[in-house]
Amino acid sequence: MSINNPLTKNIEKGRAPFTFAEYKAAGGYQSFANAIKMAPRDVMGQVKDAGLGGRGGAGFNTGLKWSFSPDPDGLPRYLVVNADEMEPGTFKDRLLMESDPHLLIEGMITASYAIQATTGYIFLRGEYTVAEENLLKAIAEAYDNGMLGKNIQGSDFSLDIYLHTSAGRYICGEETALINALEGKRANPRFKPPFPQVSGLWGRPTLVNNVETICNIPGILTYGVDWFKGLGLGDECGTRISGVSGRVKNPGCWEMPVGTTFRTLLEDYAGGMQDGYELKAFLPGGGSTDFLMPEHLDLPMIPGEVAKAGSRLGTSLIMVLDDKTCPVGTVRNLIKFFAHESCGWCTPCRDGLPWVEHILNKMEEGKGEMKDIEILKEMCGYMGPGNTFCALAPGAAEPLQSSLKYFMDEYESHVKHGCSYKSH
Amino acid sequence: MNNIIASTALKARQLTDEEIHEIEHEKTHYPYAQAVGLEALKIVQKYQGWVSDESLLAVSEYLDIPPDDLEGVATFFNMIFRRPVGKNVILLCDSVACWMLGCDDLKAHITSVLGIEYGETTEDNLFTLIPVPCLGDCDRAPSMMVGRELYRNLTNEKIDQIIADYKAKA
Ligand SMILES: Cc1cc2nc3c(=O)[nH]c(=O)nc-3n(C[C@H](O)[C@H](O)[C@H](O)COP(=O)(O)O)c2cc1C
Ligand code: SF4
Ligand code: FES
Repeated sequence: MSINNPLTKNIEKGRAPFTFAEYKAAGGYQSFANAIKMAPRDVMGQVKDAGLGGRGGAGFNTGLKWSFSPDPDGLPRYLVVNADEMEPGTFKDRLLMESDPHLLIEGMITASYAIQATTGYIFLRGEYTVAEENLLKAIAEAYDNGMLGKNIQGSDFSLDIYLHTSAGRYICGEETALINALEGKRANPRFKPPFPQVSGLWGRPTLVNNVETICNIPGILTYGVDWFKGLGLGDECGTRISGVSGRVKNPGCWEMPVGTTFRTLLEDYAGGMQDGYELKAFLPGGGSTDFLMPEHLDLPMIPGEVAKAGSRLGTSLIMVLDDKTCPVGTVRNLIKFFAHESCGWCTPCRDGLPWVEHILNKMEEGKGEMKDIEILKEMCGYMGPGNTFCALAPGAAEPLQSSLKYFMDEYESHVKHGCSYKSH
Repeated sequence: MNNIIASTALKARQLTDEEIHEIEHEKTHYPYAQAVGLEALKIVQKYQGWVSDESLLAVSEYLDIPPDDLEGVATFFNMIFRRPVGKNVILLCDSVACWMLGCDDLKAHITSVLGIEYGETTEDNLFTLIPVPCLGDCDRAPSMMVGRELYRNLTNEKIDQIIADYKAKA
């Protein structure tokens, strides 16, 4: 198969997304016909063998995650697509849903067959109004054409898909908080175990996957495991959407082989830094990842490689910090976001983040003290992994701790003189 | 004043036929009525502009969700307004990419043009200004929404034009 951009092959800037008929004519909706000839567990196996890692941030093998769900018992079970996309600096799922909604619907149908889900929900952030309209249209078309509802394409398999639009709260992206939100509760995370695969929505087996993860399923079940493996560079499998924001010449996001380096993304796709600006550091995958430095640009965008450099690949949408923007101010902005979005359940997060924000505000005005830097370091520990109920606070600590590592001189100068950068 | 837990001393208002129709439609998507709570609040907000205590009580009675539980949901979400807002809500992104590209200057400009700070509404009731976390539009930063419309690559001039357009529509 010659297709090398399965996620974006139907996307053309400025053109309306494909209708059902156009999507089908372009080779769409074949994966279900292939999958239905196989046992559900074999479909899972194929996804596992393809080496698809979750695109929501953690990168866990998708087929393996699915395989933890117990065998069907005739009662409801759920597939939930995580389309909350509120991680600062992340804008890839928006592109997929606005520009090719049928790819997500097809992926959901085939994934639901694999895990034998009876209902699928798309948990969409409320601000994505264009995605909402395009998805609703695509769902309706899929029903009209017998791809959703009872006995899909004459098979024994039935599925309903519903769109849930949220109302703005970052913690809803955490998968157990998302389940609470879907049940109509406050979106505090839940204790794990039990994991949602076993007991999730209304106590039933539930798989939560990112939009882009599910958009990979049609390709794998249409063109096969070997094709998917061949898409990546070296030993890597598949493609993924990566992008750049900040002061680059051509900000945006693009589909590229897994294993592409940060440098290729930044220089070839995004056109390099704007004239008059230099790269100082970058956040590799959203606001909750540790800063990396220019010397890390030649790393491939692979979770393991990025971890070795002390950060996380996260959503693989990078944010560049240029030499004219204050690093302390950047962290202050991020911390303000996390403090605002904390669900308030546990102390290091609920009380720690506002404290950090307060200290950074003082530093901005030149009212900080040297001992504040020590407090910031301590706070990174309190908010670190294992000390909080979910990953929000540890994520918030990442840009803070790495900025303390790389930009200590900036913190010290803030304490002494306040912020010396021009505007923000 | 307005954001106290809904008091039982107040009376629920009557939901409109349109609101009931849309809430009933949402109910077909979930096995339990509680799950419709947020959607119902959003439906009410769409028609009334905000969620008053009387509206909250109406939804609570209609879906048989205890008012305190529903209030817990209403106050959890950034986009449920428990206080009156203007006809057009300006949601200005103040997260990191937009901040790097000057959203604080845009905020100052909006404040000087409309005379409102974050959380305030213009006297003619046309605009309310609210900061919003990253709109997932960072490659076109700075960005904002007015109601359901997204505006990107903003400058002061663009903002003037957008405000003028909404004023003309009013
Ligand atoms: C605070 C927080 C916010 C999150 N937000 C999102 C999100 O918006 N979208 C997403 O796909 N995953 C998000 N995640 C990760 C999810 O919990 C989960 O790992 C992911 O949806 C699993 O999908 P995947 O296996 O397909 O990657 C978030 C996690 C945390 C802790
Ligand atoms: S870490 Fe923060 S967001 Fe997560 S459960 Fe604790 S308070 Fe809530
Ligand atoms: S930071 Fe403003 S849209 Fe992402």
